[in-house]
Amino acid sequence: MSSPAIEILGLTKDYPVGFWRKRMRRSLDNLTLQVEEGEVFGFLGPNGAGKTTTLKLLMGLIFPTSGTARVFGRSIDDVAMRRDIGYLPEQPYFYDYLTARELLDYYARFSGLGAADRRARVEKNLERVGLAAVGKVQLRKFSKGMLQRVGIAQAILHDPKVLFLDEPMSGLDPVGRREVRDIILDLKRQGRTVFFSTHILSDAEMLCDRVAVLHSGKLQGMGAPNEIVSIELLGMEILFEAAAGRHLPAALLERATQTGARYRIEVPEADLYATLDQLKSSAARILSVTPVRPTLEDYFFRLVKGGPAPSYAVEVGAR
Amino acid sequence: MTTSSAMPAVVAINTFREAVRDRVLYNLIFFAFLMIGAAILVGQISIGIERLVIINLGLSAISLFGLVMAIFIGVGLVSKEIEKRTLYSLLAKPIRRWEFIAGKYAGLLLTLVVNTAVMTVGVILALCYIGRPYMPYDKEVLIAVYFILLSLALVTAIALFFSCFSSPMLSTLFTLGIYITGVFAEDIRGFGKITKNPAIEGLTKVVYYLVPNFHNFNAIATASHGQLIPLSLIWQNTLYAILYVAVVLLAASAVFSRRNLK
Repeated sequence: MSSPAIEILGLTKDYPVGFWRKRMRRSLDNLTLQVEEGEVFGFLGPNGAGKTTTLKLLMGLIFPTSGTARVFGRSIDDVAMRRDIGYLPEQPYFYDYLTARELLDYYARFSGLGAADRRARVEKNLERVGLAAVGKVQLRKFSKGMLQRVGIAQAILHDPKVLFLDEPMSGLDPVGRREVRDIILDLKRQGRTVFFSTHILSDAEMLCDRVAVLHSGKLQGMGAPNEIVSIELLGMEILFEAAAGRHLPAALLERATQTGARYRIEVPEADLYATLDQLKSSAARILSVTPVRPTLEDYFFRLVKGGPAPSYAVEVGAR
Repeated sequence: MTTSSAMPAVVAINTFREAVRDRVLYNLIFFAFLMIGAAILVGQISIGIERLVIINLGLSAISLFGLVMAIFIGVGLVSKEIEKRTLYSLLAKPIRRWEFIAGKYAGLLLTLVVNTAVMTVGVILALCYIGRPYMPYDKEVLIAVYFILLSLALVTAIALFFSCFSSPMLSTLFTLGIYITGVFAEDIRGFGKITKNPAIEGLTKVVYYLVPNFHNFNAIATASHGQLIPLSLIWQNTLYAILYVAVVLLAASAVFSRRNLK
């Protein structure tokens, strides 16, 4: 049986705090999860949840208090394992005296690539992240978004099997975010495993096969985005237009919000047919009827505000 | 995979490139003007002792410029990379932390060697300007330069060591403190003997053996007076520097290998 792409086993990290550094603050608490080969896995959580700590532990930048992790069965302490991974740090910063081309060539040398191969890969990846035209410009002249693209290029340069991306959409404009999404989807098509942290939930919903939600260093839930958001039905949304010369019932108008000629109303599922009958009798034109479900965002905010995590999340997390 | 020996070389070349791009070697232009000016001035006012003045001035300047570079670049070698987070993406590559330390050290040493070599050429040109023929003891000047390089190698290793766990400002203070103590190491031990106090004598003895003895690396006066530098001193200084640097770099690697990069 083949090993999972990423296997995290009871990873815990405590930091000493205070003047004498005798008190310990737990940043990550007994995190256990697995990511299968070829999955796009979203790692969600608010600031301070422990996402970056987890990624730094996996990259060997910090050392765990307890627990361990493996990538394709090889310990994260094994330096050779890093040939198979690519990493984009949060808010990446690179040697600003180098040009984008020089920086990528520098990093490619650590992967043991030959000169011709390095040149070809550097050009290909600069093209891929939309920086081919500025390859000879020193990084000190780059914007935050451009640095983020350079960061992505260096992470994928050596064609790694597993990508660890810490907030890859951060600092990017809508076009840049779209491009990064496309890169992630492209990597998935190539069978690569992508593990990325984010608090842009729409990106996670759009891209991820599975997500894990982290809060205060603890895993709160894990599963497919639709498993987390689709169980609970909050109500039904009806979009409609009033017929010319006809008045809508006052009870409906009170609850509806109007945008131009259109009205939107949200009703409990049990009241759906009664409401539709009322609209029909007023000759209103029904444009759409959509179930209203909690989004990943709702789930996320409930956790952040300290509310109870939905029970299904715990169940999913227990898989 | 790139071999272990190649990893430090990749880091070293980039460290050297950083020094060049950050215009660190611009001090050479200042040094060139200093030597040209000194040669002209000395040629006019110090009849008979031009050689002594040029060599003293030139080698002292090489030593001082090198020391400033070794300390101020050395203390930022690791801490700057942590502070700017340039290290994060690098250490996620297949490179061990000791290879990074070795590479950073070699890179700064390469910068200092280039810097010192160019300045030495400046001194030789100044000597040529004053119209002095070649003398057999001129090789002592080159040996004095070699000793300066050895002492800079020591200072760089110490600065790099502190850079692995301390801020640049504290590292500068520590390195400078050790350098000054090392220059006066003989005097400190002598002072301990004079006090006749066993505790102070013991302490000064420990300091004497712990800090690098930079006094032995100063051959400027010997070279400028045309005296011979014994071969045994060359061997002794070379071995001492190699061993001391190796121990300090091992300590730096050990500290850095356990450091959490928050």
